[in-house]
Amino acid sequence: MKNIIITFLISVMISSSASAGTDGENNLSKNSQPVKDCFESLNRATFSLNQGLDKVIFKPVARGYRSLPSPVRTGTSNALTNLSSLITIPNNILQGEFKTAGVNSGRFVINTTLGILGIFNVAKKMGFSEYEKEDYGQTLGVWGVGTGCYLVLPVLGPSTVRDTAGSFVNMLGGDPYYNVSTHGNNEYLSKSQYVTTKVLTGVDFRAKNLETIDNLEKNSLDFYASVKSLYLQDRQKKIANTNATIEVLYEGDWEELETQ
Amino acid sequence: MSSKKILTTISFLIIFFSNIEKVYSIEPDIFVQSTVNRAAKTLGGNLTKEERIEKLKDIASETVDINGIGYYTLGAHRKNINDDQLKQYKFLFEQYFLKSFASRLAEYSNPEIEVISKNKINENYTMVSSILVSTEQRPEVKIDWRIYTKNPENPKIRDLVIEGLSLARTQKEEFSSIIQSNDGDINALFSTLKEFIK
Repeated sequence: MKNIIITFLISVMISSSASAGTDGENNLSKNSQPVKDCFESLNRATFSLNQGLDKVIFKPVARGYRSLPSPVRTGTSNALTNLSSLITIPNNILQGEFKTAGVNSGRFVINTTLGILGIFNVAKKMGFSEYEKEDYGQTLGVWGVGTGCYLVLPVLGPSTVRDTAGSFVNMLGGDPYYNVSTHGNNEYLSKSQYVTTKVLTGVDFRAKNLETIDNLEKNSLDFYASVKSLYLQDRQKKIANTNATIEVLYEGDWEELETQ
Repeated sequence: MSSKKILTTISFLIIFFSNIEKVYSIEPDIFVQSTVNRAAKTLGGNLTKEERIEKLKDIASETVDINGIGYYTLGAHRKNINDDQLKQYKFLFEQYFLKSFASRLAEYSNPEIEVISKNKINENYTMVSSILVSTEQRPEVKIDWRIYTKNPENPKIRDLVIEGLSLARTQKEEFSSIIQSNDGDINALFSTLKEFIK
């Protein structure tokens, strides 16, 4: 029953995103339309709630995490990145990036075994290329599904209709780690461990960006709009799977300046 | 003076003046490295925070195209404002930019930036790639600099792109959000800028 509801939600989200976003052409190949903030009032309220939670819970926890010795933090970060390969590899395949899927599979096997559950990034020392995370939201973007409206989710933060739909796919069998820890009948993994790794991922991200986020907040005229812009730029860049900056992809914005 | 001599003199003058441009044109990557070196020297020196901020503002005034960024940041709204509003915007934006820029940078102590490569996009722009070297507290950060090269003797910074995220674009969308939230009234942006500058 739960799966039916999730499948229904995804179908509704994807179909609404498809009609809201594109004309069938990948929107990264042209100057994209601004993403609509259809629920701005609600989003701003949720954003305020998240800021409150951040001040009271996430920031102090991230500060505490920051005080741990550097090797502990690096090892934790490496292990969490290694686990994310389980979502990245199927998405590499779905995007037709078979060679990258092979490289990432090799990296996962090496780091999980020789790197002791991913704590040590042995593959990097062996000369593997830089790891790029992929998820189902990015795959939907590569397939040409439109972004849909911008969303701010409680606790989880900025997203879009398309990215939220992508996240649901994890719970429908798209994340092998979720499947094994939540539905797998085994004595080693449980749902609480899955939740712990997700919380740790958030804390690790927050700890790495303590000063950057504080600085951004202090120097923003509209912090909500800044976070929205940065999130959407980051997603565009990840979906484009290119090293070129988004600014270079959208050169027209700057060239227009010359003509005025 | 014989016509041969005149011709030789003219040729010499043409060659001389065409070379002047070459002599004084500054390569964008060298410009970026020298700018970050100046900023790093300021940030690493024994100055008070206020002195640092003032020095950083001086560096920004010389090396950043503040007017150009201001126009870009205004986006489509620049077509709808009158001369008086534009004059007011230019003044407020410069104050805002210098305060925000110096405040952002003043938090860093002794940042080490290495310029890696440059990519000429067209006659007007070159992107210079660099990395902010990692420390105990933060990982390595990629920073791309959009350099406006229309006047090669006097290149100017027009944008910083940190890990693929453009500061100018973020600022543009932030300004647009403020104007849109106030029914398209540009005066709301002016009030917000004045509040920030205080």
